[in-house]
Amino acid sequence: MRIENVVCPFCGCLCDDIVVEVEDDRITAVKKVCSNGRSLFLNAHVEAAQPTVDGEEVAWPEAIDAAARILTDSASPLIYGLSSTASEAQRKAIALADLLGASIDSTSSVCHGTTTIGIQNQGEPTCTLGEVKHRSDLVIFWGCNPAEAHVRHFARYSVSARGKLTPQGRKDRTVVVVDVRPTRSSKRADIFLQVRSGCDFDVLTALRALLKGETLDVTEVGGVSVAQLAALLERMKGCRFGIIFFGMGVTQTGAKYLNITELLALVAELNDYTRFTAMPMRGHGNVAGADCTLTWQTGYPFAINFARGYPQYNPGEFTAVDLLARQEADAALIIASDPVAHFPRRAAQWLSQIPTIVLDPEMNLTAREAKVVLPTAIYGVSAAGTAYRMDNVPLPLKKVVDSPQPTDEQVLDWMIERVKT
Amino acid sequence: MIGIINGEVYDPQNGINGEVRDIWIKDGKVVSASPPGPGGAEGGQIIDAAGLVVMPGGVDIHSHIVGAKVNAGRKFRPEDHRDHVRTRTALTRSGSGYTVPSTFMTGYGYAEMGYTTVMEAATAPLVARHTHEELEDTPMLDMGAFITMGNNHFIMKCIRDGQREKARDYVAWLLGATKGYAIKIVNPGGVENWKWGQNVGELDDEVIGFGVTPRQILTTLAWINDELGLPHVPHIHCINLGQPGNARTTVETVEALEGRRAHFCHLQFLSYGGEPGKSLRSRAAEVARAVNEHPNVTVDVGQVVFGEATTMTSDGPLEYRLHKLTGNKWLNDDVEGETGGGIVPMQYKRNNPINGVQWLIGLELFLLIDDPWRVFLTTDHPNAGPFFCYPQVIKLLMDRDYRAEMLAGIHRRARKGALLAELDREYSLYEIAIISRAGTARALGLQNKGHLGVGADADVTLYRKLDDKEAMFAKPYLVLKDGQVVVRDGQIVREQQGRTLYVAPPYDPGIEADLRAHFEECYTISFDNYPVAPEYLSRSEVIPCV
Repeated sequence: MRIENVVCPFCGCLCDDIVVEVEDDRITAVKKVCSNGRSLFLNAHVEAAQPTVDGEEVAWPEAIDAAARILTDSASPLIYGLSSTASEAQRKAIALADLLGASIDSTSSVCHGTTTIGIQNQGEPTCTLGEVKHRSDLVIFWGCNPAEAHVRHFARYSVSARGKLTPQGRKDRTVVVVDVRPTRSSKRADIFLQVRSGCDFDVLTALRALLKGETLDVTEVGGVSVAQLAALLERMKGCRFGIIFFGMGVTQTGAKYLNITELLALVAELNDYTRFTAMPMRGHGNVAGADCTLTWQTGYPFAINFARGYPQYNPGEFTAVDLLARQEADAALIIASDPVAHFPRRAAQWLSQIPTIVLDPEMNLTAREAKVVLPTAIYGVSAAGTAYRMDNVPLPLKKVVDSPQPTDEQVLDWMIERVKT
Repeated sequence: MIGIINGEVYDPQNGINGEVRDIWIKDGKVVSASPPGPGGAEGGQIIDAAGLVVMPGGVDIHSHIVGAKVNAGRKFRPEDHRDHVRTRTALTRSGSGYTVPSTFMTGYGYAEMGYTTVMEAATAPLVARHTHEELEDTPMLDMGAFITMGNNHFIMKCIRDGQREKARDYVAWLLGATKGYAIKIVNPGGVENWKWGQNVGELDDEVIGFGVTPRQILTTLAWINDELGLPHVPHIHCINLGQPGNARTTVETVEALEGRRAHFCHLQFLSYGGEPGKSLRSRAAEVARAVNEHPNVTVDVGQVVFGEATTMTSDGPLEYRLHKLTGNKWLNDDVEGETGGGIVPMQYKRNNPINGVQWLIGLELFLLIDDPWRVFLTTDHPNAGPFFCYPQVIKLLMDRDYRAEMLAGIHRRARKGALLAELDREYSLYEIAIISRAGTARALGLQNKGHLGVGADADVTLYRKLDDKEAMFAKPYLVLKDGQVVVRDGQIVREQQGRTLYVAPPYDPGIEADLRAHFEECYTISFDNYPVAPEYLSRSEVIPCV
């Protein structure tokens, strides 16, 4: 069976033109997909797995009981992850956090949470990816490397994509990469500006100063000559429709959220001259969805705590890394994420010490150290649902093969019911 | 069976003006005005409404409460939420937000004010799925979403090529695909031109790249609306919104429709005299006259309420202008091939002469438009103020002393020579029932809403009769939704999921081939992944076309 227009849930590009071939409920071939997505689909087949409690296989009701007990016994539970599951499951996770008075945080807090703070400071001139495809003649990638992380971004949306005002694709665009070192993306660029590590804020401020007509009494800023900056700025002012895509190279280094505040201020100010926009390069397939669902249910996109009976927001206080590193969380529910593998050591160590429940299709590092492991279906492959692209366009995820496992949404629903009774 | 007996009933659709009537409810519907025969009410519940005012549940014709734009507003305004929270209870979810409350909080807030139906005023078709996800998390209310079409590439191409029948079939397909309720037109052509850093200023300006005009977009969509027999009319946000001097183009737009039916939203923002950059004056009298002379037209006001607001609209160039004007943070989102939008926080201040003029223009429109069936209560939530300030607006309309007192408190330059000082009309409860439920339901084509006759949905609000109309309307005694008591003394006592209301007009399926080609050319998502599947709507009702 050939299934067309499948949405690949791997990264924030959410390419929705994938062709998947299925025989006997197994995926035999995937077309149009990038290497990242291909391995996701081709490795999707799993044998039926039972949940475990303390490493022992148990039946589902028993596992749900154990999970609910951990959560209700906890004084300060943390729910974390969310970015690689469907929005339907995210909504249940937030309902559970509300019910428990828990903290809830998504992987945004270690990637584009700083972007959110920048947006809250400054606003955000942005657009959907189709605007970039059809209108952009100047595309700047700042602190990101889509050639490796968002493999089809160039072809589908931003560089070689042919659109209404960009009929010749690549030839109709000037592509600029700003980064601290050459990357596979910078090799594809017309202009590469190598910024000294940690100096993005300085460079962005210099650009804003030049835009305001200030003269700089230095010859270089952050490793880039003022002449190069002035030339870039002239291109920015003179283009028809410009965009800066930005990634963790600028959100998680140096001045962090102040980098983004500055970047968004520059972009807003360029609209005095032409149309200019910005967009974060969201990593996980539905991390944008986690921002969306958390925001509509609570008012805030990450770093939320319900202990007072209503949502409170405070990055640095209610962000998962901080709650764990300060040993404030005394139990954790990890959904579709592997913090033990990725968090700073102090946070990961504490996570290994407290009772933890994991919902994940894979037996990842966090699951190996968890008290309760609840193996679930793979969103976008063996579980349907909704995911939000990096530009917040929501797409329907298909279930292309059956799974012996329940979905995250189902399991969270069982947990809510169990916690309530 | 439930009987609401001895209440003072205001049901303008059925001509009932404060007479004592009984209302009998069964299976979520009004079934009778007289008590059932002996034994008929057995096992039923009697609500003694003696001394209480009984009205149909409120119906809001224009409010921004769900979807991508509203959510972006929530996300970038944490300062809006911190002091405005709702604690979870055994029955209800928690939430936060003042001008842009979270979804559950929005549903509860409307219900606690006696409203049971609300229309989301603008959804970009590409992100309609998001709107429906939020509707599922907005309890207590029946809701529909208006779909923005005034800057849609497919429609503008059809107009350019003289193919209005094709545009008609597309609109029908689009409403079904997005599970939308009505055609929304926002700054026709101006949002597309904003993608070039420009706007439109006149009805006959050209839309860049299409060679069509705002006038053609308006008249074509008004024609399509009539052809499809949609329950609502085209819902129009005119060009030049917020610009001093825009009353002229507003009146021209009313005239441009040549007698076709239309709704003009938040007219307050469109009734301005004066000159850009210099002054703002009220031209409410002139605009109200045009409305009075055109029986084909209904309007809502978008009354300014002093205090915090969040401006949010598909009108991208307007929000950029507000950003430059106020210096407040600015969010913009251009949507491929369809529309755009922006958000800027705002504060309306009594002692600001411009805000004072905006405030009195809204009231002048309410008082100068003769027929209450054609002028409706809104604050264009959250653009001119939050929806939960409706009771304050009702008091301004019903109580001229209170109005005079408020007028005396605004900036003297705004007050000077204001027509409002001479208007001593006071709205009656009957008229309030029209502008907040009967009239809005009729304008929306919702036959089972906004009245309490046999067959109506049993959405009923009971108020204590108080002299202070703000207090009276802020905290109903009881609210019933689908025949269930959901609010008692202004507090939720039962959480209930409402229905999503949408239309599904028929269209020539032959259009799908054209649409596939259009999607290949114009979109970054495939045609097959665009429509919102029925599974997104857990409870829904298709409102028939006529």
